[in-house]
Amino acid sequence: MLKLLKYALYDILKSRFAIIYTVFLALVAISIYQVSDDLSKVSLSLMNIMIMVVPLISAVFATTHFYNNLEFVELMLAQPVKRSQVFLSQLLAVILMLSLSILIGFGLPMLLWGADSSLITLLAVGMILSAVFTGFAFLASVMTRDKAKAIGISLALWIYFSLVYDGFVLYIIYSFADYPLEKATLGLVMLNPVDLGRILMLMQLDISALMGYTGAFFKQFFSSGIGMLVILMVLSIWLVVPIGLSGRIFKKKDF
Amino acid sequence: MSANLRIFWFLLIGLFSYMEGFSAVIRISPGQSIQKAVDGASAGDTLRIASGVYQQSGIVIRKPLVLIGENHPVLDGQMKGNILIIAAERVTIQGFKIINTGKSNMDDSAAIKFFDSKNCVVKDNILENAFFGLHFSNSSGMTISGNQIHSNALREFEVGNGIHLWKCKDSFITNNKVSGHRDGIYLEFVTNTEAVENLVQKNMRYGLHFMFSHDNSYIRNTFKNNGAGVAVMYTKNVLMKENRFEENWGSSAYGILLKDISDSEIVGNIFLKNTIGIYMEGSSRIEFTGNTFQQNGWALKLMASCDQNTFKANNFTQNTFDMSSNGSVVLNTITENYWDKYEGYDLNKDLIGDVPYRPINLYSVIVEKIPAAVMLWRSFMVTLLDRMEKILPTMTPDQMIDQSPKMKPYDFG
Repeated sequence: MLKLLKYALYDILKSRFAIIYTVFLALVAISIYQVSDDLSKVSLSLMNIMIMVVPLISAVFATTHFYNNLEFVELMLAQPVKRSQVFLSQLLAVILMLSLSILIGFGLPMLLWGADSSLITLLAVGMILSAVFTGFAFLASVMTRDKAKAIGISLALWIYFSLVYDGFVLYIIYSFADYPLEKATLGLVMLNPVDLGRILMLMQLDISALMGYTGAFFKQFFSSGIGMLVILMVLSIWLVVPIGLSGRIFKKKDF
Repeated sequence: MSANLRIFWFLLIGLFSYMEGFSAVIRISPGQSIQKAVDGASAGDTLRIASGVYQQSGIVIRKPLVLIGENHPVLDGQMKGNILIIAAERVTIQGFKIINTGKSNMDDSAAIKFFDSKNCVVKDNILENAFFGLHFSNSSGMTISGNQIHSNALREFEVGNGIHLWKCKDSFITNNKVSGHRDGIYLEFVTNTEAVENLVQKNMRYGLHFMFSHDNSYIRNTFKNNGAGVAVMYTKNVLMKENRFEENWGSSAYGILLKDISDSEIVGNIFLKNTIGIYMEGSSRIEFTGNTFQQNGWALKLMASCDQNTFKANNFTQNTFDMSSNGSVVLNTITENYWDKYEGYDLNKDLIGDVPYRPINLYSVIVEKIPAAVMLWRSFMVTLLDRMEKILPTMTPDQMIDQSPKMKPYDFG
């Protein structure tokens, strides 16, 4: 397993993409640090990148990577190694590379110019979202045989989670404005990993506004560690379920 | 030498006591009744109370006396009624630790209660577990300084106000620390009074609460983490200067709630991390200058019932929403403020933005109607909607604009 992972990782790190992606993130972070005069503005601007761009790149890259490496995977599958190990090594390699890029690309400027708790949270959110969307991408890849189709599915998932879903929730909130919607909204938000990452950031940046919620439930949810814990748990479900599903399909798939 | 010095001191003290009209110093130690000593003393005497525990309550003082506690002697009311009741002129109460008053709304049990008094001083006392801390009615010329007032009550109805003034005037409240009470400082029908450098935190309801209290000033106080912040009503001619309003979190918690306040000045205050920095309704002719609004949920909620207020040269930074309102009529002036969300440009380099700033964005209007919508704040969808609204305003009041937003924040030091 480790050997497989090592080769998969070598392969991915040697690709130009890893370097370009890291440099891109670093350039974005540096330019934001240069124009913004305080840390909270930096984290606001970086948050938009983290929540929009990082999932997109993760989804597209993971899908293309899966298909580009299909020959290697097929070769490996002919060897006496477990299918699940081949699958996991590919997946972990992608997640590790994407996370490392964020860690270096955003982390280095932070080391240079300082960071606060919201920026550290942002790093974590970025890495979690990369992992979640890699899971989605692998699921899309094993579901079809066609690379274009798989990329299409990944993109559709990205559009759905980062744009369509929020519009849908907003529509529901608007239509049912006369009802007490606080808990329903929180529940709906749980059904979207991008929103969860965003809420984690809101808890850092907009806690004063979130505390405007009526009811002790929300006060406790947002101000204590419980909210953070619940969100991280739901995010880990979002991580594990697509991966588990795609792993199961991969095991039975006839290449 | 030492004999000479002693004679000198003797003469000096003699001289002073002559000047004081032969006021005597009466010493009281634990076991003796303070009430008896008070009754036996003549006007102008000083009572020095030695440290120790005095389980006495309902002590009534009706003449000018100076009561000084040495090393904070403990007056323990044993949960019965008031502890010190004063109706006199020129009384000083200094250096006591007063604990355990009764808990009753029938007589408003208080640690120290003044009626119809004049020119009294309450200084450096420690009040613990009192129902009302200091309670003044129909008095004038009070000096309330350096007291530490703390209650351990768990619920709002179990406790009274820390410093409570009713129908008083010409008083001075300074350097007190109040925590754990219902309202930290409560003023009703109080005029010409100054509150300076008090620290009021973690009270159940309001840090500062006043009504019908004209011509007062509040300077360099800190109101922090109170249940519902600060609420002031039905008053004119108020000066609030360089106060800090911090961390008042909750669905109806405010840095300040201004209701029917007029002709006042709110200058150089700092509003930090409140759910709502300032909420105002029915208020007119208030000048807001040099204030800092930072990391609030809503920096300003300006209801349409307010008119002729001026917001000039304030800093608005890192607030979730800068402003919201409940109507489209704008009768207030907003000008020359710094808004960190301003995205305009300054071509002529006069440090004033060339395009006006709209402090009310679409989403704050939506959240005003549907509070649950705040959960979607900062999502791509919402950002998109906000951008569209900025270009073509449809829902936001288009008169609510700062025509000359500053490009750089003011430096208030």
